[in-house]
Amino acid sequence: MLEVRNLKKSFGDRPILDGINFTVKDGEILTIVGPSGAGKTTLLRCVTGLESADSGEFLIDGKPFDPESVEPEQTVIGVVFQEFNLFPHLSVLENITLAPTMVLKQSTKEANQNAEKLLQQLGLAGKGNLYPFQLSGGQKQRVAIARALAMKPKILCYDEPTSALDPNLRDEVAQLILGLKKQGMTQLVVTHDMEFAKQIADNMLKVQALDSKQA
Amino acid sequence: MSLHYVFEVLPSLFQGAGMTLELFALTLIGSLPLGIIVSLGLTSKIKPLKWVLEIYVWLMRGTPLLLQLIFVFYGLPIVGIVFQRFNAALVAFILNYAAYFAEIFRGGLQSIDQGQYEGARVLRLSYWQTIRKIVIPQVVKIVIPSIGNEVINLVKDSSLVYVIGLGDLLRAGNVATSRDVTLVPLLLVGLIYLLMIGICTYVLHKVEQRYAYYK
Ligand SMILES: Nc1ncnc2c1ncn2[C@@H]1O[C@H](COP(=O)(O)OP(=O)(O)OP(=O)(O)O)[C@@H](O)[C@H]1O
Ligand SMILES: [Mg+2]
Repeated sequence: MLEVRNLKKSFGDRPILDGINFTVKDGEILTIVGPSGAGKTTLLRCVTGLESADSGEFLIDGKPFDPESVEPEQTVIGVVFQEFNLFPHLSVLENITLAPTMVLKQSTKEANQNAEKLLQQLGLAGKGNLYPFQLSGGQKQRVAIARALAMKPKILCYDEPTSALDPNLRDEVAQLILGLKKQGMTQLVVTHDMEFAKQIADNMLKVQALDSKQA
Repeated sequence: MSLHYVFEVLPSLFQGAGMTLELFALTLIGSLPLGIIVSLGLTSKIKPLKWVLEIYVWLMRGTPLLLQLIFVFYGLPIVGIVFQRFNAALVAFILNYAAYFAEIFRGGLQSIDQGQYEGARVLRLSYWQTIRKIVIPQVVKIVIPSIGNEVINLVKDSSLVYVIGLGDLLRAGNVATSRDVTLVPLLLVGLIYLLMIGICTYVLHKVEQRYAYYK
């Protein structure tokens, strides 16, 4: 379970997030929706430690954690980026096994076995030796998911999982996320697509641009 | 041009070429890693480090290599720093070429997408793991053509050591030409340079092909 309490973030003197609270229960999906510029990505970046929050509390299973910590034991959050950010010079398999071997110190054999399992599960069996440029957008996304899952995170976060893909892949992405939920994955999904959000959400958090509220 | 004479002068030319190649190889071995390290400093957030390195690069690229060579061998002894001829050449060449390589690597580093760093960060790769496994392999692919140009320049620049009395290929040819009053040694020198640069070009082409496996 992930809890975020009273999260605040400004860029310069411009407040973007002011006192955000939410909870994602184990095995549930929370979607974060809101108009463009509302601060959804910023919120996600604070939770994943890519941006430092000005204040706020982060709890995982009731225990505080620091999203910005670089300790390998703190890999509680997996991230699937909007543009996937796969490593272009590494094969699909290497993309997935790099961090488990280097950070979690798994043996190559163990990491490869895990990776093969994940590929199988995500419908990418036999694609391990391809390079990212040889994959479709949807396949790249699934590799990005596999790469995140290989680190055994407690929560998987997505930024706009439908936006870099063909619109008619939307249902497929929804099924994918719901499939992971069935396996017990806790997920946090940022999207501006209301329908998509409703399709997958257990709970929904709406964020608004602070500037527009004042106006 | 008698074949007999060619065989007579070739050994001394090869001896000179040997020195040229030694300087060439040792300069690359020293200046490539140094260039990478300097480029990391040039792109670092530590301002004083960045300034110092910028001045170094500016000095090295802003003054003739010939001057630097003379400075190290004839100038430094005045303040009590004495190098042997070959070492003086090596110091000047490594410092000079590292500056050019650093600028090339800096450009390469800056063209790596921020998303690559973030991808590595959320997987909890350390700074050095990220540099080694993600950044450098991609930078290498980007910089190979520019590095190649410098490598070819280096073959030719090595003839500047003539000025501090080192017996390189050019000097060997020049000595033979003035002694025997014939153009043959200089023509042979030209041929040997062409051959060396031909081999370099071929090797660089192979390296380029090795990195062509991804886009
Ligand atoms: N690094 C930054 N420095 C300054 N301002 C920023 C920075 N990143 C984001 N912002 C600003 O914060 C606001 C929220 O941006 P954010 O990217 O979080 O919005 P979003 O809800 O994800 O929008 P979209 O739906 O378009 O992706 C925007 O007005 C943006 O200009
Ligand atoms: Mg966004």
